[in-house]
Amino acid sequence: MIASEFALELRDVRKSFGKTEIIRGASLQVRPGERVAVIGPNGAGKSTLFNLISGRFGSTSGDILLAGRKLDGLKPYEINRLGLARSFQVSNLFTRLTVFENLRCAVLWSMGYRYSFWRFLADARDANDRAEEVMEMIKLHKRRDVQAMNLTYAEQRALEIGITIAGGAQVILLDEPTAGMSKSETARFVNLIREVTVGKTLLTVEHDMGVVFGLADKIAVLVYGEVIAFDTPERVRANERVQEAYLGSVLAEQQAQAAGAH
Amino acid sequence: MHHKGNVYRFRPYNVGRWVVWGLYAIVMLVAPLLFTSSLSLTMLSQMGIAIIACLAFNMLLGQGGMLSFGHAVYSGLGSFFAIHTLNLVSAGTLALPVSLVPVVGGLAGMAVAILLGYVTTKKAGTPFAMITLGVGELVWAMSLMFPGFFGGEGGISGNRVAGQPFLGITFGPQIQLYYLIAIYTFVCTALMFAFTRTPLGRMLNAVRDNPERVEFVGYNTQIVRYFAFVASGFFMGISGGLAALNFEIVTAEVVSAVRSGAFLLFTFLGGAVFFFGPIIGAVLMVLALVLLSELTQAWLLYLGLVFTFMVMYAPGGISSLIMMNLRVAAFGKLRPLLASYLALAGTGFVILAGSGAMIEMLYHLQLNQALGPELKFMGASLNAKDLDSWFGAAFVLAIGVSLFEMTRRQFVREWGETQEWIEKEIKRREAAL
Amino acid sequence: MDASYLLISTLNGLSVGLLLFMLASGLTLIFSMMGVLNFAHASFYMVGAYVAYSITQAIGFWWGLLLAPPIVGLMGAAFERFALRKVHKFGHVPELLITFGLSYIILELVQLVWGRQALDFRPPESLQGPLFTIVQLPAGMQLAWGSPPLMCREVAEAICTTFPAFRAFGMGVAVAMLIGVWLLLTRTRIGLVIQAALTHPEAVESLGHNVPRVFMGVFGGGTALAALAGVIGGALRVTEPSMALAVGAVVFAVIVIGGMGSLAGAFVASVGLGIIESFAVGSDRSIADALRFLGMTVNEQTFGYAVWSVKTSQIAAILPYLLLVLILIFRPKGLFGTREG
Repeated sequence: MIASEFALELRDVRKSFGKTEIIRGASLQVRPGERVAVIGPNGAGKSTLFNLISGRFGSTSGDILLAGRKLDGLKPYEINRLGLARSFQVSNLFTRLTVFENLRCAVLWSMGYRYSFWRFLADARDANDRAEEVMEMIKLHKRRDVQAMNLTYAEQRALEIGITIAGGAQVILLDEPTAGMSKSETARFVNLIREVTVGKTLLTVEHDMGVVFGLADKIAVLVYGEVIAFDTPERVRANERVQEAYLGSVLAEQQAQAAGAH
Repeated sequence: MHHKGNVYRFRPYNVGRWVVWGLYAIVMLVAPLLFTSSLSLTMLSQMGIAIIACLAFNMLLGQGGMLSFGHAVYSGLGSFFAIHTLNLVSAGTLALPVSLVPVVGGLAGMAVAILLGYVTTKKAGTPFAMITLGVGELVWAMSLMFPGFFGGEGGISGNRVAGQPFLGITFGPQIQLYYLIAIYTFVCTALMFAFTRTPLGRMLNAVRDNPERVEFVGYNTQIVRYFAFVASGFFMGISGGLAALNFEIVTAEVVSAVRSGAFLLFTFLGGAVFFFGPIIGAVLMVLALVLLSELTQAWLLYLGLVFTFMVMYAPGGISSLIMMNLRVAAFGKLRPLLASYLALAGTGFVILAGSGAMIEMLYHLQLNQALGPELKFMGASLNAKDLDSWFGAAFVLAIGVSLFEMTRRQFVREWGETQEWIEKEIKRREAAL
Repeated sequence: MDASYLLISTLNGLSVGLLLFMLASGLTLIFSMMGVLNFAHASFYMVGAYVAYSITQAIGFWWGLLLAPPIVGLMGAAFERFALRKVHKFGHVPELLITFGLSYIILELVQLVWGRQALDFRPPESLQGPLFTIVQLPAGMQLAWGSPPLMCREVAEAICTTFPAFRAFGMGVAVAMLIGVWLLLTRTRIGLVIQAALTHPEAVESLGHNVPRVFMGVFGGGTALAALAGVIGGALRVTEPSMALAVGAVVFAVIVIGGMGSLAGAFVASVGLGIIESFAVGSDRSIADALRFLGMTVNEQTFGYAVWSVKTSQIAAILPYLLLVLILIFRPKGLFGTREG
């Protein structure tokens, strides 16, 4: 494995569904530990990009590299085992399992338990401890034994993030983590995300500019399947192409300024 | 303590693990002493065999969300391999204690599952069900093609008194075989329960709940399903092996679609959600097949109707009904509902009387024509050709249906209120912590 | 292998395949529309045959053919309205299970009303007898309409095979049905609604269409098609309680082979299977024969002789399931499949 200076790299990635090309040559280089917000107008292909990186779909052409290693044609579980985890825009939980069980399932592979049926979960001290730890981090320890389907919306989003980071992956992809939340919930969530992703490489798709400017080191702007800008928030804000395509509203300016003031 | 698959958690009702397992063992030990007739003994033996099979079937259905229409293949082939092994022991070619013959059945079931399971688990959900149906038909048809192994019309017979007796036990008398079955049942139940508390068992639950997400936490969904399929095949084979010893004959019927359907029907009836549901289902299966079929010719129709209503109104089966009411009892709200339950039971009985009378009369007309048009039903004399009997039955049915509907609505209202009260109480207790 | 044998076998295979397709198409329509796999589909096939039989005894076959499908279709619609709909919210597995329970109920009710013996359900007078006869002479092949001509009895070298009129009629009905369904789906307003509801039920509902009613109609329509197949199949073959079980499993295999949710796949798989089976039944060759042809000695002593000596005609019945397993290994999506199911 070639050591690479980039935690995640996209080289001219293209994806077509039938005749429609959704991703039209996206390129990106993310350094380890960077926090990148992926923004863009609706239909730009942000979720599709995440799906390509995480292995849900295969790309039509181009390369995706994780720490220098090509992810061509790998299955989602193979990519996850290499150290990449993602969350979903619509919470994708294990509905009938409890909060604790959900988190424990998310760590079992990374702790080496694999398909074993000769050991008891009750004795898996490391997995249980890690699940408890993550549960505290996402503040759901009071709801330990509640089934995932009975949680509130915000709790489910928190669990969604918990499952994503529990396995200890180095590269985390969060797909609209604060979608559908109130202002106060969003603010709380941003802090949560910041805490749980310390030291990790983070990519998040976001629409809320306040979150973007408050959380990200760099912003990648995706328009019509291409990355038209990838830079620090201030430079992206000043970028004319970006302003034209996306940020040209007074409201966005205000949101950004409000976040910048924190 | 974390229970797999609990729909409701009840903290006030903490049953000691040892008490439950102890009771299970004691019931199995003591049952033949309470029910001493030879019919009872046969039924108890069959119940043990059925319990293992239904629990194994539920590894896929309840724990994995995999609906199999052809699972009799694994118990059936286990039976065939077991009976051939038994015949080898009888002929002196193989020195294996009879008590270990079911293990051979288990290994055979496992081997077939390894062979067929990979292809079968390539798909999930409805296609999986169709594949199991097809594979089941394949094996059934093959059973007619290879009479050497499957014994053709007459099947393969054996004698379980074979080889050296162990401490004077030959397994000739049914009681001795019963205790062998009881030991296997207890051990297999324990093993399958233990399975639910292992990483593979838990990931199987995760696959049931969200097969896609499982891939994103590092697990290959198909491998999880495949391994569970093989494990299920092993226990099905043990059940088949015990059946071979019990009946001392194995015919192609053991791999039939009818047999597969029975496993599905009764496991679902007992309840796929809780671990002990299939145990209830297995007991009901033996009772229905042995007793109910003697009681009335319409038993398959009743079974189909009960099953269909279960799917519509109580998809968690009898075990979930029990657990729901236990929860209500734990919160002290069961007593007010008892009146409604009694009313429901009463009106339900009236419906049963009315519809049962009509069904029995129809069957009587169809099948027992030689015996004349009169028949006895619930102590009353009915005449299948007499309009009075029909009007009477229809009248009873109509009354029953209208009364039942009234009581049902009342009950649904009361139940809803009770559930709301319980939810509020749970929240109140949580906030107080 | 002479030409007449090839021709008749192909026609027989086509006839069986088309009958199978009548069943598979209704099943596929219901599955594509509602995501429900109707386990009781073959049971409705059976009810169609029985109802047609009764109507035939009362007022004649043609009324049976006309009335049985709508009657059964109504039964299907009623089932959807009062039972299946309740289960929809639990997911696809309970939906499959309720149709499974229905299959038991239908089987028992049919036996209750009509008895357990096979019924004598015959094609009408006008359609009995052969449609045409193929006369195979050393010189060549001749076609004679109607019953075998005199030369079949008088000329020693003449090999005559007949093709029953009712079989041809059945094929005609199947083709007409196929065209009718295609026209319905592509040319009528309700067909467009059905196609739209296939992928976007919520959008269709918000446009003012009553999606539950569309579902009821599709389920009723699908079962009516099954009943139509039953009228033909019951008169062509046997009408007895085991007919549902016999044909049910094959139909399910067919739709998995063709690709679940694909009408084209169901067509290719049904007709293909029908023709392959038709040729297989007529052949007594086995793998042992093939091995002997290659020069190997194969006899009772050879290991696995029981398997090698199985004749093609014996495995004709399980060909659908063998193909099912093979397709799953090499092309899990099925021939034309797009849906995961």
